Amino acid sequence: MRWLWIDAILLHEPGARLVAVKNVSLAEEHLHQHFAAGADGPAQPLMPASLMLEGMAQTAGILVGSVRNFSEKVILAKVTEAVFEQDVVPGQSIRYDAVIERLDDMGASTKGVISRWDHRDATCATWTDIGRTEIIFSHVDQSRAGLELPEHNFVFGENFRAILGGLLPRPAGHAPSH
Amino acid sequence: MTQEEILGKVRTVLVDALGVDEEDVKLEARLTTDLHAESIDFLDIVFRIEKAFGFKIGQGELFPDNINDPKYVQDGVVTQDGLALLRERMPHVDFSEFAKDPKLEKVSEVFTVSSLVSFVAAKLAKSA
Repeated sequence: MRWLWIDAILLHEPGARLVAVKNVSLAEEHLHQHFAAGADGPAQPLMPASLMLEGMAQTAGILVGSVRNFSEKVILAKVTEAVFEQDVVPGQSIRYDAVIERLDDMGASTKGVISRWDHRDATCATWTDIGRTEIIFSHVDQSRAGLELPEHNFVFGENFRAILGGLLPRPAGHAPSH
Repeated sequence: MTQEEILGKVRTVLVDALGVDEEDVKLEARLTTDLHAESIDFLDIVFRIEKAFGFKIGQGELFPDNINDPKYVQDGVVTQDGLALLRERMPHVDFSEFAKDPKLEKVSEVFTVSSLVSFVAAKLAKSA
């Protein structure tokens, strides 16, 4: 499984804002454990809030990384706030809307709004806000000079390239193998 | 802005950044040993102070940068030159205790709530 918790990028305002979407499907294995049927009732598959936090961290992390063309390793350093007020279930989509509050050589602070679209409801016409986050990222190359980290940029590796599309420049000499 | 007003805003910053109780944020409280701030919390505190007071804080202005120059740090110990540099750059901090055993790993322990209040007061005075 690829650790990608967003499906597509909807909007990119360079240096300021990134909006991504994730569709929640019953085919996702983890949903069936969260929560599985038990003695006290039938299965109630929900999108885990921890994975929504990961989705927002990926959205905001890509935004922060894009400011310097993904040349620095952007590491999630601190989740200052994560509030989830409503559930998300299969048949709904999640939108992650991240903005940069502050960015410097050491890191960046971001704010995020998580909202939900209900495809099961024919009258659904807007995204409903269901949560918010404040996440701080660290530029490890700058602030953790003493740490031994791999030379290559392990944060924005191959896994991310599929969804980054035009946001991410192809490294020199990188050609398809077929 | 009075010292009391500055302390009030600094207290809110620390309650939000560190999840501590208001009554724990006393002037003499140390950010690391008393309020359990970790390294990344310092970045959070810098961002929040900027927002609360409406000024920009340069890198290494409130808290020290990584010091790798052997002139300033040797074998994990801050040299006399290093101490002089810290005192010059950070007049809001009392380094007298630290100077007795200036191990670099302990430098973050010098920061108290009082040093933040002094820093903000000096910044506001300069911009006034």
